Amino acid sequence: MKLLIKNGQIADAKGFLGKKDILVENGIITAIEDTLNIDADRTISAENKTVIPGLVDMHVHLREPGLEYKETIETGCRAAAAGGFTAVCCMPNTAPVADNASVLALIKEKAMQAGYCSVYPIAAITKGSKGEELTEMGELTENGAIAFSDDGNPVENSRIMRLAMQYATAFNGLIISHCEDRQLTAQGVMNEGYYSTVLGLKGVPTVSEALMVSRELLLAEYLKTKVHIAHVSCIESIELIKNAKARRVQVTAETCPHYLYADDSFTQSYDTNTKVNPPLRSKADVSALRQAVKDGIIDCIVSDHAPHHADEKQLEFQLAANGISGLETSFALCYTTLVKSGLMSLPQLLTAMSLKPAQILGLEGGEIKVGKVADLAVIETDSEFAIDVFAFYSKGKNNPFNGHKVYGKVTDTIYHGKPVYQDGKIQK
Amino acid sequence: MVLSNKDLVSIRDLSAEEITYILDNANFMKQILLSNNKKSPHLQGKSIVTLFYENSTRTRMSFELASKYMSSASANISASASSVAKGETLIDTGRTLDMMGTDVIIIRHPMSGSAALLAQNVNAAVINAGDGMNEHPTQALLDLFTIREKKGSLQGLKVAIVGDVYHSRVARSNIYALNKMGAQVTLAGPPTLLPFELDKMGVRVTTNVDEAVKDADVVMGLRIQRERQQDGLLPSVREYFKYFALDDRRIALAKPDAIVMHPGPMNRGVEIATSVADCDRSVINEQVRNGVAVRMALLYLLTRKENK
Repeated sequence: MKLLIKNGQIADAKGFLGKKDILVENGIITAIEDTLNIDADRTISAENKTVIPGLVDMHVHLREPGLEYKETIETGCRAAAAGGFTAVCCMPNTAPVADNASVLALIKEKAMQAGYCSVYPIAAITKGSKGEELTEMGELTENGAIAFSDDGNPVENSRIMRLAMQYATAFNGLIISHCEDRQLTAQGVMNEGYYSTVLGLKGVPTVSEALMVSRELLLAEYLKTKVHIAHVSCIESIELIKNAKARRVQVTAETCPHYLYADDSFTQSYDTNTKVNPPLRSKADVSALRQAVKDGIIDCIVSDHAPHHADEKQLEFQLAANGISGLETSFALCYTTLVKSGLMSLPQLLTAMSLKPAQILGLEGGEIKVGKVADLAVIETDSEFAIDVFAFYSKGKNNPFNGHKVYGKVTDTIYHGKPVYQDGKIQK
Repeated sequence: MVLSNKDLVSIRDLSAEEITYILDNANFMKQILLSNNKKSPHLQGKSIVTLFYENSTRTRMSFELASKYMSSASANISASASSVAKGETLIDTGRTLDMMGTDVIIIRHPMSGSAALLAQNVNAAVINAGDGMNEHPTQALLDLFTIREKKGSLQGLKVAIVGDVYHSRVARSNIYALNKMGAQVTLAGPPTLLPFELDKMGVRVTTNVDEAVKDADVVMGLRIQRERQQDGLLPSVREYFKYFALDDRRIALAKPDAIVMHPGPMNRGVEIATSVADCDRSVINEQVRNGVAVRMALLYLLTRKENK
């Protein structure tokens, strides 16, 4: 199939390529020229828009198998495509937990049937994510596990985390750590600070995250191996990661759009859509995180897409489930906060949302170049639009930014040369 | 005057004028309470339901009697804390009551924010009788009433609130109410029971109870639950009593005409010495009577047709 994308400004992680036409044949980019007068099967106009590499999200929750009432792989992949993502990595806290080859096989099969984006499953570090026994990392790697995490849970036992990091090296496995000291979290449901005091809600101190971050960094340094820190939310974690990188520890780190865009003041009306783990932090943490993304201390941005059924959010704050359905707002929130604000350039954002995550996982991504697989997205940078959570393709409408005016709408997504999302509508 | 909200979820929703208006009405209601025939028609034809997810004798009785003295149809629901997690959702329960013609739902619930959640989802007027650690607005109103009755004006009064501030909805509501009416509030207690950044609420904070109580016009004690020791927040009740409780020596540091208050129920010998609880400066019993009067006033003002 021949696909022609006309008149778009081209930008990738390396920089701006200017206004060009792009020709895609059989899923590969075959030409990038000022003007291509080719007879194509499909033409997409990117006039007044920017063509970017497909985004890569290395932390999403697709909920299938077992929790299909919240989301299925199909609905999650549609949400990904609508958000400009051509590759996602799904976390193993499904039911059953993705700690064996058969669950991985199911995930890959469903993703292939859906056909909207690539799905790379992350397998559990420990059996059932219980934190007690290591999973069969060799077999899991062979069956498609792209990394290992017990996300949703911290690995509380330091010896188990040490063994996991050590064992994974035989298979070049990447451990992604959800850092949380559960004893310190206690019954906290939001950031500990002025707002938790005013709202009368128990708070989670930032040190609950930072304490375990420091543990993972020391372990990785000691074992001379790599580690990836999930959803960094606070200043203390940033400082630790910065110092570790200076000492050449092999650490990479991610943060999420909601930690860059919102702070704990957003919880003031007890909006359960703001309830997330780690929680939204203070304004000072938000500023520091933005700067940390710009400085590269935080390598990449992930959505931590966590769809929930309305019944699990329409409850007393303390009882509501943790999580934000974020695939479809991820790019716009980051574009508005980081690029539109003047803090960084679009190529720098694409590094964080496409190139770096791909590099960390050993995948292709971040570059628009002849010969590369055509995983692309088209965005509008100059017009403001209002977020409409009820128009989400995700089953999860649990997103606190409904009605917010942002920039950076994704209008089209091309996956392996196929326009799976065009003019704001999922195709298929 | 018409109250601007259909509910009373947070004392922050009331302006100083509205608070004064409620207290003035409570004055009138107190006369009914003190009279021989405690019956008035103010709530005739109205339906009042207390929806209590937490045990409480005094607050529930206070609202129930207030309702009955004013001729309403009243009913109680006592749900245990377990039905919060396992049974019908709060919103479904609220809607059921709405459909049964309830005019006012008085809710007490162990989780912060629950009163607001209910109020947003029912047509009935919702009164927050205590939601988790968040607020207990009618307690603040009766406390203001009591202070005003004894001291005249609240403006510039030095108020010391002592005890487990971290877990206290009474403290929070009183902070908002007293600040709004121009009093100067100091919170005191052990460090593990003082929440973060409390001073940002426009109050003074100290772990030195002597300092807090010195020259105070009002000293308010808060309950210490014995469970706090099991939770690791306090080493012992003995230590608490020695360093933080309202005993004779500390109370003597307050102004000679200071009043001693407590929302009740008291843990005698824990946060307050019996001699202080029963001394002639204590207005703790009067608070209970004032509570009924204030609740009568509030129920009337929220249900009269001018407020619809």
